[in-house]
Amino acid sequence: MSTPRLSLRHVAKRFDTLDVLGGINLDVAPGEFVSILGPSGAGKSTLFQILTGATTPGAGTIAFDGADLTDPAGKFAFMPQRDALMPWRRVIDNAVLGLEVQGVPRREAHRRVAPLLEQFGLAGFEQHYPSQLSGGMRQRVALLRTVVQDRQMLLLDEPFGALDALTRTSMQQWLERMWERHRWTALLITHDVREAVFLSDRIYVLSARPARVIHEIAVPLGRPRTLRDLSAPEATRIEAELLHALLGSASPELA
Amino acid sequence: MLVDYSPVSRIVGQLTGPGKRLGAAIGAAWPATVLVVTIILVWEFYTRYSGIKPTTLPAPSRVLQQIVENRQALIDNALPTVAATLSGFALSVASAFISSILVDFVRPLRRALFPVFIISQTLPLVAIAPLVVLWFGFGLLPKILLVALVTFFPMMVALVQGYDSTDKDMEWLLRSMGATRAQVFLKARLPSAIPFFFTGLRISITYAVVGAIFAEYSGAAKGLGIYMLAAKNNFRPDLVLAAVFCSALITLVLFGCTVVIERLSMPWEKVRKDDRK
Repeated sequence: MSTPRLSLRHVAKRFDTLDVLGGINLDVAPGEFVSILGPSGAGKSTLFQILTGATTPGAGTIAFDGADLTDPAGKFAFMPQRDALMPWRRVIDNAVLGLEVQGVPRREAHRRVAPLLEQFGLAGFEQHYPSQLSGGMRQRVALLRTVVQDRQMLLLDEPFGALDALTRTSMQQWLERMWERHRWTALLITHDVREAVFLSDRIYVLSARPARVIHEIAVPLGRPRTLRDLSAPEATRIEAELLHALLGSASPELA
Repeated sequence: MLVDYSPVSRIVGQLTGPGKRLGAAIGAAWPATVLVVTIILVWEFYTRYSGIKPTTLPAPSRVLQQIVENRQALIDNALPTVAATLSGFALSVASAFISSILVDFVRPLRRALFPVFIISQTLPLVAIAPLVVLWFGFGLLPKILLVALVTFFPMMVALVQGYDSTDKDMEWLLRSMGATRAQVFLKARLPSAIPFFFTGLRISITYAVVGAIFAEYSGAAKGLGIYMLAAKNNFRPDLVLAAVFCSALITLVLFGCTVVIERLSMPWEKVRKDDRK
């Protein structure tokens, strides 16, 4: 592997007496889609807090394109767990939020977002308020807001966690197609095993707190992927392996 | 501290809504109308058949007659009250905005200022109003100050509470985009406070008129407060009640205005409600 886009070595974090991250090692290559799979409350979001600069790592090193990551500003485009759309902004104005913060003039920001609206299934909805959209559409606006920032890497925190099963599946298919097209470098947090297998090139499994990488697996399925690929023997074997790793790490009563 | 004004909001809302459904507004207003009419009728019959003197309790018909007869005097006295209310209210909203922003950016200020504000709310208006008139004279200034004093705190609390209600993910998102503290405030915290601001505004506007009348009661050249005092001293409860009617009307109109402004400034709330129908 050439220089990874993102490389974490022994990254640890504790809040007072709570040991959240117990030394995380992981790499993401440029153009790679990597998922972090872990039980709820395992500190997956803490990892993103560290990467976005919302909190500092207690220990360890983070390298971005081989250089020490001192200032995360401008490197990552982050999509929070709930869509965090602003109810008072129309779809188009929510989408350009990141550009607006960067100081891109309004007209220019709209010009940059316009060609993507169609791909994101939002054409004709530019002037709608978020409350008028379905859950799936809201997530697409949130993802659009993330990618138009044109950062080197996407951080997606359980983007489809709040959606119903059917919408979630169709959003996963849609995201897979979008990724095929744009080849973003992405780090996805999820606790949905199928989602991780369907979307990722590689998957890390985290243990319960304090979180450590307990398993790493490459997903050798070809692209583009369809739902049918998930029933291939290779996919079901990976799913079983991931579940085993996850449940083995969970609290004893679940095992 | 949130008071449910929804019936009134609904009535005004219907009148100002996209379809201006007058029929729906009347429909929403009828329970209150029936209640008010019943009270007035009971009152009217009581004054007629109990033999109570009109100098003790005048009949509503008599109050109405006085309103009509004294309309010019009532209007002349209502105008200064409206002026005091609006200016005091403007001062209060402006200072609540400024101090809430200060308190939001400088956290220790909150701990310093809030106890002072709370103490200011415990001051009995009865004692303060004459003092303020004593210090600032019979003009408009003491009225403005008293109105501001009684309305400032609810506004301030509403704003601060509104800033704090901001979605934490939204702030985190903005920070991840490289937003400064000021950008986070302008793009997330301030808009989040808008609904809270209007709740505070509706509560304050009802206090504001009372505050202005109280200030006038303690000394004024003109105004509904001083009009009430003079009427009372002349043993004219019918005129006192005529002035009370005017002040209630003013409060209702101002309240209606805040609801209209609220609807106009939050178009996203309107689409949400329309979609839910």
